[in-house]
Amino acid sequence: MTDQSQRAQARNSYRSMPDEDGRFGIHGGRFVAETLMPLILQVEAAWKESKTDPEFQDDLAWYHKHYIGRPSALYYADRLTQHFGGAKLYMKRDELNHTGAHKINNVIGQALLARRMGKTRIIAETGAGQHGVATATACALFGMECEVFMGAEDVERQKPNVDRMRLLGAVVHPVTAGTGTLKDAMNEALRYWVANAETHFYIIGTAAGPHPYPAMVRDFQSIIGTEAKEQIMEAEGKLPDAVVACIGGGSNALGLFHPFLDDEGVEIYGVEAAGKGIATGDHAASLTGGRPGVLHGNRTYLLQDDDGQIKDAFSISAGLDYPGIGPEHAWLHETGRVNYVSATDEEALEYFQICSRLEGIIPALEPAHALAFISTMIGAMDKDQVVIMNMCGRGDKDLGAVLPMLEARGKL
Amino acid sequence: MRIANCFTKAKQENRAALGIFISAGDPDPQTSLQILLGLPDQGVDFVELGMPFSDPMADGPVIQASSLRALKAGMKLDRVIDMAKAFRDRHPETPLILMGYYNPIYIYGVDRFLARAVEAGVDGMIMVDLPPEEDEEFCVPAMKTGIEMIRLVTPTTDTERMPLVLERAGGFVYYVSITGITGTRSASEDSIKSAMERIRAVSDLPAVVGFGIRTPDQVREAARHADGVVVGSAVVGAIAGSLDADGKAGDNTILVVLQQANELAQGRYR
Repeated sequence: MTDQSQRAQARNSYRSMPDEDGRFGIHGGRFVAETLMPLILQVEAAWKESKTDPEFQDDLAWYHKHYIGRPSALYYADRLTQHFGGAKLYMKRDELNHTGAHKINNVIGQALLARRMGKTRIIAETGAGQHGVATATACALFGMECEVFMGAEDVERQKPNVDRMRLLGAVVHPVTAGTGTLKDAMNEALRYWVANAETHFYIIGTAAGPHPYPAMVRDFQSIIGTEAKEQIMEAEGKLPDAVVACIGGGSNALGLFHPFLDDEGVEIYGVEAAGKGIATGDHAASLTGGRPGVLHGNRTYLLQDDDGQIKDAFSISAGLDYPGIGPEHAWLHETGRVNYVSATDEEALEYFQICSRLEGIIPALEPAHALAFISTMIGAMDKDQVVIMNMCGRGDKDLGAVLPMLEARGKL
Repeated sequence: MRIANCFTKAKQENRAALGIFISAGDPDPQTSLQILLGLPDQGVDFVELGMPFSDPMADGPVIQASSLRALKAGMKLDRVIDMAKAFRDRHPETPLILMGYYNPIYIYGVDRFLARAVEAGVDGMIMVDLPPEEDEEFCVPAMKTGIEMIRLVTPTTDTERMPLVLERAGGFVYYVSITGITGTRSASEDSIKSAMERIRAVSDLPAVVGFGIRTPDQVREAARHADGVVVGSAVVGAIAGSLDADGKAGDNTILVVLQQANELAQGRYR
C-alpha cells in the first residue's frame, strides 16, 4: 500500500491513533519536565521495537497463558439475564486473572519491556491497590525492586492489598501530599521518577500519562477485547450488540473496546463514577463533569476549577477516584464513537450485592458501576441481542468498605 | 532586553546574577507583593515569580506547600499578572520571569495570557511541563510576542538532545543541577562546572544554575562557574518558617525573607 492510501485507510479507522506525537485529536501528548523527556523517548523506542519482535511477543503470550491464566472465560450470566429480562449478558471474566483484576495484563507487558531495557527497579502508583499488587507480583516474578506510591487515604481503605504488596516484597509509600488519593500518588510517583530517571522504570497502571503510555497500556490490555471477540463469535456466531466497561483512567475499558471500535453495529458504553451524583459535584466523572486540560503528562478531560486548578475526584471506588481519564477516551468521546455514561455510589453498591447473590460472583466496586448502568438499558433490548461487560476485578478487596455500608442500609 | 542587560552588567562587575524564586501569593497576596517589590533593593538581579498550581509535578514539599498556601489565600493567574505589573511599575529595569505549569494558562487562554503578560512587562517564561516536543502549544506563540522562553537543561539532557532543547531558547539557559525535584539535594561544584562547559559549547546565552542551591556559600561556589544562580526553596522555606501558628504571615515575614535575599546576594561575588 502507498503511504497515501494507508493514511486514507487510517482516517476511516478508530483504531489508528495516536499520531506520531502521541496525540489523539487534541488529547494526549508529552507534557513532562525535561528531566523525564529523554527517558520517555527511550521507553517509546523500546516499545516500538518490542511490537515487532517475535521473541518479545512469544514471551508475553507465554506469561498470558501460564502465569496470568489467559484466555479468561467469557461467561453467559444466565441468572442476571433473567433478572434484567432483556438481552443476553456475557461477562468477560478478567477478575479470574492471577491477582484478581485486569491490571496484570499491562504489568507483565511493561515489566518485560523494563527487563528488555535493562531496568531492574520499578515504581508504580496505585489507587485501589490492584495495580500495586500486580506490579509487586511481576517484580517478585522477575526479581526486580518494587516501590509503590499510594494515597494515605487509600492505604486505609484498601488494607488487604497493602498487606499483599508488602508480602510480595514491595515497599509501599503512603502519600499524604494533596488529598492522599490516586492523583497525589501519581504526582509523587512522577516526582520520584524525576529524581531517579536514569535507574528506574515507571509502570503506569492506566491508559493515561505521557505518550507512549496511553497507547502502550491500551495495546497490552487489548487482549481482553481480542479474546472476547473470538469467544462471542464461538458462543453466539455474531458480534455483540453492545460492550460495556467502567472507567477510572480507563485501561480495562479500552482493552475491551479497542478491538470493537471499527465494528459499526457494536454500541460501546463507558461508565464513569458519579459518586454522590454529578449534580452534587462529588464525583469522578471527568468526561461528564470536566473539561480539557493538561495534567500528568497528557491533555485530557479533567475535573478542575475556572482557574485551571485540579479538583478532587470522589467515588466509593478507590480505583475510579481520579480527576482525569485516558486521552483516547477523551477523543472517542469527542468523535461520538463511544457513549460515556455514569453510575452513582448507591447504584454500584446495589449491583455489588445483586451480582454476588445471583451469580456467585463478588464483583469489584469498579465493574459494579458497569453492571449498574447495564441495569438501565439491557431490559429494553431484545432477547436475542447480546451485551458483553468487562468483569475487570473481583470484590474481595472492597469488603471492608462495602459491608458496613450494606449493614447500615439494612441490606445485610 | 532587560535579561541581556542584567547579565551584561553582572559580567562587567565580575560577578554572577542572582535570581530569587517565590510563589506568587505566598503566604497571602499582600505579603507576597511586598516581598516581591523589596527583592531588587537587596541585590537580587532578577526574579522568578511562580504561578501557583495544585499539582506541581517537578516541585519538592517546600514549594508544593507554598503553592497550596497561595491558592488557599485566593491567588489566581490574573492576580499573578497584576503582581508582575506592580513590580514593573516599581522596577523598570529588573527582569521578571514567570515560572509554572501549563494547565492554568491553557484554561486562561494562551493568547489572552500572553497579551496581559506583555502588557505587564514580563520578560521571560519557564514552563516546567512543556518540553520542546510541545513547542507549538505555547513556546511558538510566546516568542511571537517578544517574551523570551527560558529552557531547562537537566543532567539527563544528553549532547544529542541539547541542540533541540536550545533551538528556541531565549534569555538564559537554566541548568537544573540535580536529577530531581526542587529543594531536595545539591549538586557538586564539579558537576556544575562540567555542565556549564557543555551548555556553553552549544549556546551563547548566559548559563544559570538552579535547584538545590540554598546558602550564600553555595551561591558563591556556583557563581565561580555560572553566569547566574537561582535560589528558590531556601527562600520559600524561610517564608514558611516565619508564619504564625495559623499559617498566616508573621510580624517579621517580609523582613526575614528580604534579609535572607540580602545575604544570598553577597555570594554573587566570585
